[in-house]
Amino acid sequence: MTLRDNLRSVLRVVEHHAFVYRRTWQGSVFSTFLNPILYLAALGVGLGAFVDQSNPAGIEGVSYATFLAPGILVATAMNTATGESTYPVMAGIRWLKTYVGMILSPLSPRHVATGQLLWAGLRVTLGGIVFLGVMIAFGATDLPHALLMLPVTILTGLAFAAPIQAFAAAQTNDAPFATLFRFVIMPMFIFSGTFFPVTQLPELLQLVAYLTPLWHAVSLARGIALEMLDPVVALINVAYLCAMLVVGLLWSYRTFSRKLAE
Amino acid sequence: MSTSPTTPLIHARGLTKRFGDFTAVDAVDFDVQPGEAFGFLGPNGAGKTSTMRMVGCTSPVTEGELEVLGMDPDTQGSDIRRRLGVVPQADTLDMELTVMENLLIYGRYFDLSYKECRRRADELLQFVQLTEKSGSQVEPLSGGMKRRLTIARSLINEPEMILLDEPTTGLDPQARHLVWERLYSLKNQGVTLILTTHYMDEAEQLCDRLVVMDNARIVAEGSPKALIEQYASREVLELRFEDLKTPDLTGKGAHLIQRSEQLPDRILLYTDDGEALSETLHAEEIRPVSQLVRRSSLEDVFLRLTGRRLIE
Repeated sequence: MTLRDNLRSVLRVVEHHAFVYRRTWQGSVFSTFLNPILYLAALGVGLGAFVDQSNPAGIEGVSYATFLAPGILVATAMNTATGESTYPVMAGIRWLKTYVGMILSPLSPRHVATGQLLWAGLRVTLGGIVFLGVMIAFGATDLPHALLMLPVTILTGLAFAAPIQAFAAAQTNDAPFATLFRFVIMPMFIFSGTFFPVTQLPELLQLVAYLTPLWHAVSLARGIALEMLDPVVALINVAYLCAMLVVGLLWSYRTFSRKLAE
Repeated sequence: MSTSPTTPLIHARGLTKRFGDFTAVDAVDFDVQPGEAFGFLGPNGAGKTSTMRMVGCTSPVTEGELEVLGMDPDTQGSDIRRRLGVVPQADTLDMELTVMENLLIYGRYFDLSYKECRRRADELLQFVQLTEKSGSQVEPLSGGMKRRLTIARSLINEPEMILLDEPTTGLDPQARHLVWERLYSLKNQGVTLILTTHYMDEAEQLCDRLVVMDNARIVAEGSPKALIEQYASREVLELRFEDLKTPDLTGKGAHLIQRSEQLPDRILLYTDDGEALSETLHAEEIRPVSQLVRRSSLEDVFLRLTGRRLIE
């Protein structure tokens, strides 16, 4: 198979997801679009009023809402990517077996895995565009900065989606997903710099925070938004997320192949 | 048909599938010729599905030789699948999509244009008698309808060969007959059918030739008629006795009985003339509570070959 054939096959899988999304998009409107806006409104504007009052110099020199928004942007990318890469993968392999149906056609488990990842990336992109629009409306950023933050958002989504879909494909039931949300995703959401600078944490926990992928994503997005990007740190951030994406995708080739075509 | 000199569509020699220490398929040999309806008959766990999945290029061959449509599944799986129709044991339909959408998206996997997908989908829905369900969701359809939709889906790429893994398991008799009728019609159109089943009536009705599988191996091969002639008598006399206790039949009607098989609830006497045997036994004061003379079937062949019944 040529690269072109492979690419076309991957796009067929994306097309399938789009077909299903056309029927089911209503269900995800809240989590993808409204949740992050509610966070920004409640915490950024509501709580932010108190924060800004007691801290007139601002965090990193900006209002709390402006500080918070890029964090919410990439944390939402993480959440959307996680959601898209857990239950839908379990359904495709075990519950509805639609992926099993796919590999009866010329499509292979690798096409299915790559297409699944691209679809998660598309969902993240869609959510990211809407949220960046809201950020501009709130005055938390402007268009040029938003255009730079979009690729960071997409990379964040793909970096999380890849290893999580690999993990999801390897499971025999959905119980580990609850564990994943409770003990990995949720703590990261709260402690990786989304809501406050990690320098506020005790030193040991700071180190832990620096190791989490979400911190790297937040560091990039906030660095762009507040124009405080350190080139070396930014490079490490990008390398970290890219490594996660590549390793995760290769891992998912293994688990998808094992489950679909053993 | 099995002696025709054409290149076989499937050629398997010493085909083996192992999962760890477990051998699911143990060195089986078979060929399938174009236009044939070929069956794998055997109980659950005999290795039928594993064999089918190797042929369908969704499960790698552990050992042995396998050629499908003249190609190697190991390196050309995708090209082979492009020309196959596969009806897996469990339906893999998209429950969130409509009947029509299921066919459209599946056609897309084969790189057909939407226009072509729609044209074929309309035809196929007519063929499986689901035209009026075109716009409905898949979820509420009956088992038989879902099965017919899966069959229609497997035909979207106009395959030369269709693999059907237990096409009617779990369907009620009426739904089964409708599926059989459609498969028969495909066969008449020259499509090669390969199916697995543990229903002997299905194998007898649809298969030109079949192999009997048991414990990962092929134990017999032939047309249904030839297998029955070879491994069973013309007729069977089934006798049931009070309290399920079969009396001693030693020497009774012995010249008419070729073989007997004691089942938990009845005894089967293999004979060429069931009526004559029944009369002889009656004269010998053997009084069953019920009796039945029937023609031998593939079930009897299986019993003879393995000492067990197909569906336990």
